Amino acid sequence: MKSKFIVEKIFLGLMIISVILVFGFLGSILITIVRNGWPAMSWDMITQLPGGGFYIGKEGGVLNAIVGSLYIVGASTVLGLLISIPIVFYINIYLKSDSKLASLSRLSFDVLYGIPSIVYGAFGFAIMISLGLRTSLLGGIIVITLLIIPIFVRSMDEVARQLPRHLLDATYSLGATRYEVIKVAIRQILPGIATATLLSIGRAIGDAAGVMFTAGFTDSIPTSLDQPAATLPLAIFFQLSSPIPDVRERAYAAAMLLTLIVLVLSIVGRMITHRFSKNKIK
Amino acid sequence: MEKEKSESSRILQRFAFWKSSTEKPEAPLVEDEGEKSEDAVIDIENLNVYIREQHILKNVNLTLHDKKITCIIGPSGCGKTTLLRSINRMIETTEHLRVTGRVCVDGEDIYDRKAEITHIRKKIGLLSQRPTPLPMSIYDNITYGCRIHGERNRKKLDGIVEKYLRNVNLWDEVKDRLHTPASALSIGQQQRLCLARGLAVEPQFILADESTSALDPISSKHIEDLFAKLRKRYGIIMVTHTLRQALRIADYVVFMYMGEVIEQGTAEELFKNPQHELTKQYLSGVFS
Repeated sequence: MKSKFIVEKIFLGLMIISVILVFGFLGSILITIVRNGWPAMSWDMITQLPGGGFYIGKEGGVLNAIVGSLYIVGASTVLGLLISIPIVFYINIYLKSDSKLASLSRLSFDVLYGIPSIVYGAFGFAIMISLGLRTSLLGGIIVITLLIIPIFVRSMDEVARQLPRHLLDATYSLGATRYEVIKVAIRQILPGIATATLLSIGRAIGDAAGVMFTAGFTDSIPTSLDQPAATLPLAIFFQLSSPIPDVRERAYAAAMLLTLIVLVLSIVGRMITHRFSKNKIK
Repeated sequence: MEKEKSESSRILQRFAFWKSSTEKPEAPLVEDEGEKSEDAVIDIENLNVYIREQHILKNVNLTLHDKKITCIIGPSGCGKTTLLRSINRMIETTEHLRVTGRVCVDGEDIYDRKAEITHIRKKIGLLSQRPTPLPMSIYDNITYGCRIHGERNRKKLDGIVEKYLRNVNLWDEVKDRLHTPASALSIGQQQRLCLARGLAVEPQFILADESTSALDPISSKHIEDLFAKLRKRYGIIMVTHTLRQALRIADYVVFMYMGEVIEQGTAEELFKNPQHELTKQYLSGVFS
């Protein structure tokens, strides 16, 4: 056999192995969570607040953490989008392609992207102390928003840089202002925006370090922005560090819920993306 | 036997019906709309364009006529496209640009500080080389220009869509799928859609930058025929690489070389009796 065919076979083999590895990891994570968490899974877990003595194995659920996580993720995703989209279009439509400001901001967002969330948490905590604020839903939302803005900006920026020049030209030549051109460009990169949103949600909902000092933890559902809020990652963390086996099982059940929420959001997101991309110009 | 005959006559009938239905809606011709009274012109005076340190257009002086087709010809890289894009300030999307001189449309200098760029581009449309549908439905593509210029009335927009799609002979092909993505059309259909989209904002002039070169021969002829028809109402300025195309439809011809206008005149003068040595050489195919 010719050597180039052998090389091709080897690469094909490597690719298949990588795919199997990825599915293997995903599968084993899911199996671990489900096997450990299933016994503790109950309707109460989803619909009840932690009762008295929940953390030593008595009745209750993690509704506080589910709602808290959804509040924080929902609000910070919306805020993140509102802040990132203007940044992306300022860099890509208003600034010249060789602009120093553009490359400086890209570098800054790369650096921000790499900063661990505990640092964001500590930063948020320091600011809250200096302002005399206590741990609150608002604090969590702000820190998580800061955490996901770099993810939003960098992933949307990659798509926006691929915007076809001729598409922008066609819009300008109909007499559009730059703002109107941006509205057309948004339609073109909607699939990219959706992907960026999914990535950000994934990061936001799973983050424990950022919310630990800023949102705090509580057994009730916050009714206003200045009350502390519980989150699923922290619920997992606290229960997993318990010496009581029943409580540790509940941690896995909470992990199952977290994974399930991410899964549902991803599937819904993909479906919406598919709808949005039908008008995209190839 | 009898049955067979009736069968075939029925098919024939159906065919006749089909034929008449395709022939009937021959688009309401452009001239029906009544021509505009005054003949506007575009006057270009001492236009110089520099990109970075490069002198792209050198002292261009030109007059372009309304309701005529002006073809700009010349070898690659001679500044044809730059000239075309200077006429509606699309050139300003280029970075490191410097423009001097005047381009007057109806006596108004479009490079004047007070000139409104969106208004200029509405008046002078551009059809690019490759079709550029916007990422939306066919209907929204046509109405996009009208909507950004303030037309919101649904009924009026419906009328505009039909009128301009008929103008470019696309109505019958797409009338049943107006709300499907424009990107699903064939390349030739897309280019006609882009022409219709440009016409829908009611420009006075149409700039065409080798608008047939990316198309197959049939679609290309389609666009060319449309230009010939549209000249009754619009001033058309087209850049073309095909001398034959210029021969077929041009009223005026401008020959450019190395950023300069070498010769300009009516198509007849320029093709039959070129004055300049370079023009003669180019027309006879010494270089291209």
